[in-house]
Amino acid sequence: MSNKLTLTVSLAVLATMAAAAILAPVLAPFPPNEMVHAAFDAPGVGGVLGADGLGRDMLSRILYATRYTFVATLIATTLACMIGVSLAIIAGLSKGWVDIVIGRAVDILMSIPQIIFALIILAIAGVSLTTLILTMAVLQSSTYYRVTRPIAGDLAAMEYVEVGRLRGERLHWYLFKEILPNMVPSLLAQFGLGLSSAALFISSLSFLGIGIQPPAADLGGLVRENALALSTGRLTPLIPAFCIALFCLSVNGIVDWLVGRFSDKPDVK
Amino acid sequence: MSGNRILSIDNLRVETQTGVLLDDVSIHVDRGEVLGIIGESGAGKSTLALSSIMLFKSGCRPTAGSITLGGQSLMELGTAELETIRRTKASYVAQSAAAAFNPFYRLEDQVTEIPAMAQKLTSAQRRRMATELFEELQLPDPQNFGRRYPHQVSGGQLQRAMIAMALINQPDLIIFDEPTTALDVTTQIEVLRLIKKVASTHNCGALYISHDLAVVSQMADRIVVMRNGKMVEQGPTRQLVDHPQTEYAKRLVAHQGDGSYASTNGSDETLLDVRNVDVGYGGVTAVKDASIRLGSGSVLALVGESGSGKTTLARSIAGLQPARTGEIRMRDSLLAPLVERRSFDQRRLIQYIHQLPDLALNPRQTIRDVVGRPLSYFHGLRGTGAEQRLRELMDAIELPVAYLDRYPASLSGGQKQRVCIARSLAAKPDILICDEITSALDPLVEESIVKLLTRLIKDEGLSILFITHNLGLALRFSHKTAVMQGGRIVEHGDTRAVFEQPQSDYTKSLIRAVPQLREGWLDGFSANAA
Repeated sequence: MSNKLTLTVSLAVLATMAAAAILAPVLAPFPPNEMVHAAFDAPGVGGVLGADGLGRDMLSRILYATRYTFVATLIATTLACMIGVSLAIIAGLSKGWVDIVIGRAVDILMSIPQIIFALIILAIAGVSLTTLILTMAVLQSSTYYRVTRPIAGDLAAMEYVEVGRLRGERLHWYLFKEILPNMVPSLLAQFGLGLSSAALFISSLSFLGIGIQPPAADLGGLVRENALALSTGRLTPLIPAFCIALFCLSVNGIVDWLVGRFSDKPDVK
Repeated sequence: MSGNRILSIDNLRVETQTGVLLDDVSIHVDRGEVLGIIGESGAGKSTLALSSIMLFKSGCRPTAGSITLGGQSLMELGTAELETIRRTKASYVAQSAAAAFNPFYRLEDQVTEIPAMAQKLTSAQRRRMATELFEELQLPDPQNFGRRYPHQVSGGQLQRAMIAMALINQPDLIIFDEPTTALDVTTQIEVLRLIKKVASTHNCGALYISHDLAVVSQMADRIVVMRNGKMVEQGPTRQLVDHPQTEYAKRLVAHQGDGSYASTNGSDETLLDVRNVDVGYGGVTAVKDASIRLGSGSVLALVGESGSGKTTLARSIAGLQPARTGEIRMRDSLLAPLVERRSFDQRRLIQYIHQLPDLALNPRQTIRDVVGRPLSYFHGLRGTGAEQRLRELMDAIELPVAYLDRYPASLSGGQKQRVCIARSLAAKPDILICDEITSALDPLVEESIVKLLTRLIKDEGLSILFITHNLGLALRFSHKTAVMQGGRIVEHGDTRAVFEQPQSDYTKSLIRAVPQLREGWLDGFSANAA
């Protein structure tokens, strides 16, 4: 598939999903947590996509679930990116012990499997949307640090950074004017990958039962709630799973295009 | 005649999709002859030289003309036949030997790679072949030289090892592509003498590419002057040097300078006083007990070969690399060793310009951002005030105001360096530290930058610490000169005195090693040195 076509399809899919998430209260035919159908009603009989084991309308639940997944993924990834990149630039500029302390802290964070780490933290802090997002942000920031620290090191050694040092510039100047703009291409790629992995991560947590708590559910939670239906030959749990996959694919489609565009040098007007 | 002709290129035209690289170029080389090719970067020198073995950069192809090497027309040959010809008939000596050798293999294995590809050779045979050439090229301890790895020998030695590699298949044609440009002057002399000797004893033809007319005039029998892919002038060396016909060739010859000194307009008032400074990195002391003085309104040239500590000393003055002992004074105030400890005004008054403008300009900032930042930082200028000053600065560096909205990538090397100069001028400094700012530029571009600086000294009342390895430039541009060797200042005085009555042996050898246009200079040098 050509790059342009991938982009168009991805944008269309993502826009649809975003619209669904934003307009969920308007679009949903029924309140998501009320039992309006008979349990396990087939599609068409009870609502467009049928009903779950408690007789709740599947379409309404998926619309609201998309909302949860979108919000949690976007906020967590943005936070993770900000934390990781700031630490990387600070480490790259200051070198010495600051670099060592940050580097080892990230090493420790990375050496523990993320899902186990998340289980522990959520068990201690209690599950809420805020703790969930913060935990994910901290855990995923380590990958952003890993990717941008070497780039920050290279950029910090550039002579234009030295010119800034001779002038006496402060940290925010380097961060926003000298280094960050040169990181954009590699950051975009990582941000895209991060969005998909964050979506998968929060879905896994919810699937394990420590993510978004019932009766609310995100897409991962919906897969879990309806997992039993598979054994009765129904495809209901595959719909939210399909939504997760679609989200990841279209995010990657957009990122591919962006990376291709930004890796070219800025041109003459 | 035709039996002696090794290479002839006739009416060659090389094109890319977007433009013409070479246009109607004809050259020829006879056995035992060295043809010099001179021109600025981008003039098509390397393209022309490499076309003699049918090597073209990707996207380029010859569209007209003919290339004949050793009696064989190359245009019609297939890839396999061309590879055989490249392996047996021609060799290439690149500018940077350090980049041309594989750091993981011993020198003798790399030098003898070509014959070993053609026939099975034992390692003893390979060593014997290499040793012979190492001996001829006067490398130290030729028996064991080949056992070493590239990083274990000096730059000059590595360049000679590369010449050995070029000679090993007894080629008809050797292409020397700026083979001494990366070397210091004193090292350059050795390599030049060897190349000249080798070219005559091996009775092959040679193409010698350089942007340095003095070097080419010593090496070549005939010279071709290239510009923008066209042949500007061609003729026997002496004729071209003594009676250049075209305007461009005249400028090239004139650029070599008439040996006149910069007029002294500097006052005796000491602006910058560096006393007994030691600077080091870790356990290494790169600058030892150095003292220099920069008078206000004057230019102090700091000359020396690579590794002599020039840049380290300059960086310690700028406060980038703290001096361990000694003191640096600007007018009456003592400067802190580290720039972070210096005052706002002290940081403003000393501006540093780097060697490579590519690294010194952020690729994602427009020229307006680059030059505008010191205006707002040091002088609080914004809006129309800043715009006014930006226009003045662009005028001062002789670039169109429209360039303000461009990114560095769309500027040439010389233009980028001008932008760096504008950025430092924006601070309204007293002192400019120029660290080899013209060494990456072509001679005529260098000339224009130096002219610009000369004007700025008057207009803006600047004083300049000018670091260079180019003695000719120091002579033309500076009022005072300090010579560094091994981290020490070995000579410091009026430029005229330093060049006319050098006191230290090192300064004498440096001055002698600067290539000259004079006929027989290189030969005379070898006799002197022997």
